[in-house]
Amino acid sequence: MSGRTVRIGGGAGFSGDRIEPALDLLARGDLDYLAFECLAERTIGLAQAARRGGAKPGFDPMLDERMRAALPLAHPRGVKIVTNMGAANTAAAVTHVTEIARELGLPGFRTAAVLGDDVLETILGGEFPLVDREGTSRDLGASIVAANAYLGTEGIVAALQGGADAVITGRVCDPALFLGPLIHEFGWASDDWARLGQGTLVGHLLECAGQLCGGYFADPGVKDVPDLARLGFPYADVSADGTAEFGKLADTGGRLDVATCKEQLLYEILDPGAYLQADVVADFRQVRIRETARDRVAVSGGAGRPRPDTLKVSISYEDGYVGEGQVSYAGAGAQARGQLALEIVRERLRLTGAPVSDLRLELIGVNAIDRRGRPSVHEPGEVRARVAGRAATQAGADRIGAEVEALYTNGPAGGGGVTRSVRSVLAVASTLIDRTLVTPRVQFEAA
Amino acid sequence: MILRDIAHVRTGDKGDISQIAVFAYRPEDYPRLLASVTPQAVAQHFGGLGGRPIVRYELPDLHAVNLVLEGALLGGVTRSLALDAHGKTLGAQLLDLPISPE
Repeated sequence: MSGRTVRIGGGAGFSGDRIEPALDLLARGDLDYLAFECLAERTIGLAQAARRGGAKPGFDPMLDERMRAALPLAHPRGVKIVTNMGAANTAAAVTHVTEIARELGLPGFRTAAVLGDDVLETILGGEFPLVDREGTSRDLGASIVAANAYLGTEGIVAALQGGADAVITGRVCDPALFLGPLIHEFGWASDDWARLGQGTLVGHLLECAGQLCGGYFADPGVKDVPDLARLGFPYADVSADGTAEFGKLADTGGRLDVATCKEQLLYEILDPGAYLQADVVADFRQVRIRETARDRVAVSGGAGRPRPDTLKVSISYEDGYVGEGQVSYAGAGAQARGQLALEIVRERLRLTGAPVSDLRLELIGVNAIDRRGRPSVHEPGEVRARVAGRAATQAGADRIGAEVEALYTNGPAGGGGVTRSVRSVLAVASTLIDRTLVTPRVQFEAA
Repeated sequence: MILRDIAHVRTGDKGDISQIAVFAYRPEDYPRLLASVTPQAVAQHFGGLGGRPIVRYELPDLHAVNLVLEGALLGGVTRSLALDAHGKTLGAQLLDLPISPE
């Protein structure tokens, strides 16, 4: 590599991710930026529901813990933070982080909110065809609780140009958390599709943090990974042309090599020649990955084409309740007793007229996750019967767990360890809207 | 021989779509991977999986194929009743797909 490079780290792959590896990167990684990707598909809807209920402010529940730990390490070293932990209330998240900065004694700490992803009014005011299923947004009607467009880098770049120490967004394309700082640093033009494609590649490889370094990889005896309890998170040294070398800190667990990078390269990609982003359509088909040292790889070959005219929108909507019950059996005949338990619960729900639908009856250890469609030849030493189904009401859904629990005294011999639950379902549908309907905005607060 | 002898996998999800990327460990095994991991063979292997026809993307530079299984996740992560709503266990189940020794 030659010329100036920018070092950017992947600090989280989801909201509940480990925190210490990110702190280790801040303390020892000589970073310029650390990005935390924390917003799963339905997280905004859940946060919005919590906000509506008045119980929660609507930003990521881990924001406080992460920022209290990260800011004292990041700020003295000049590391800028970028994260989508704003969830359903980015403005409140920025106010909260500013408050944390005050408490930590970081005067002048500037936090920026990237707003504009909330398109609920636009969606409610129109009719938009749903992607991947029949119907339109109007069919979801009053059950819609949130609608958020996947923004690109525009707001993040503006925030960094405005001198933000931390940038907090709601819904943005995940790679944009990394591409934004690169555009800011290198001044890539908004139609420099080749570099934007390469920068998207960098972001895509970093956005799941530990998954680049051996997380979600180990298969003992076939694909071994050392010391996953101390898994290190990755960083990239990115050059002005968008090519990058990826590494992880010495004395951390995991492995970073061609195999781990290849797996992450295609993770959650559908057409590798057309990875749709708000800023670019990236093409990963000619990506080259080369090991340059132990736990260090050079990545190049990402390409890009002009960005789409539409933005993806996730619509969160209330979709009733799911009830579930489980009970275990062990010893000789366990599978037959488990099967009998399932049949009893099915019949009981029918006899009592329980208002449940889409019943799923399965034996964990036999056919709950196995989709290979051939019967097992081995009699398992233990099985766990599982019944799940939908209902329009909480009380209706609770009938499932009640019937599973009643197996204790009314069901097969030797049933133990009943668990039961009811959860409300917040489902997600997707649509596309014209990008001109979405306007990113940036607001700053200083400690 | 099974697929696990020559390849590794990673599984992801997007809405109601499961995605399984399959990588040959050795470049010389890529033709065999292409011949074995066809949409038809994968659909037959996953006899207990519903969904629409499987789409396969070929990546000769990476010695990989990307399998896209639309409609495979019982409505998708957010509303699925499945124990493994993400379908994260599917890739490992594909690894015992039988392949020809040569």
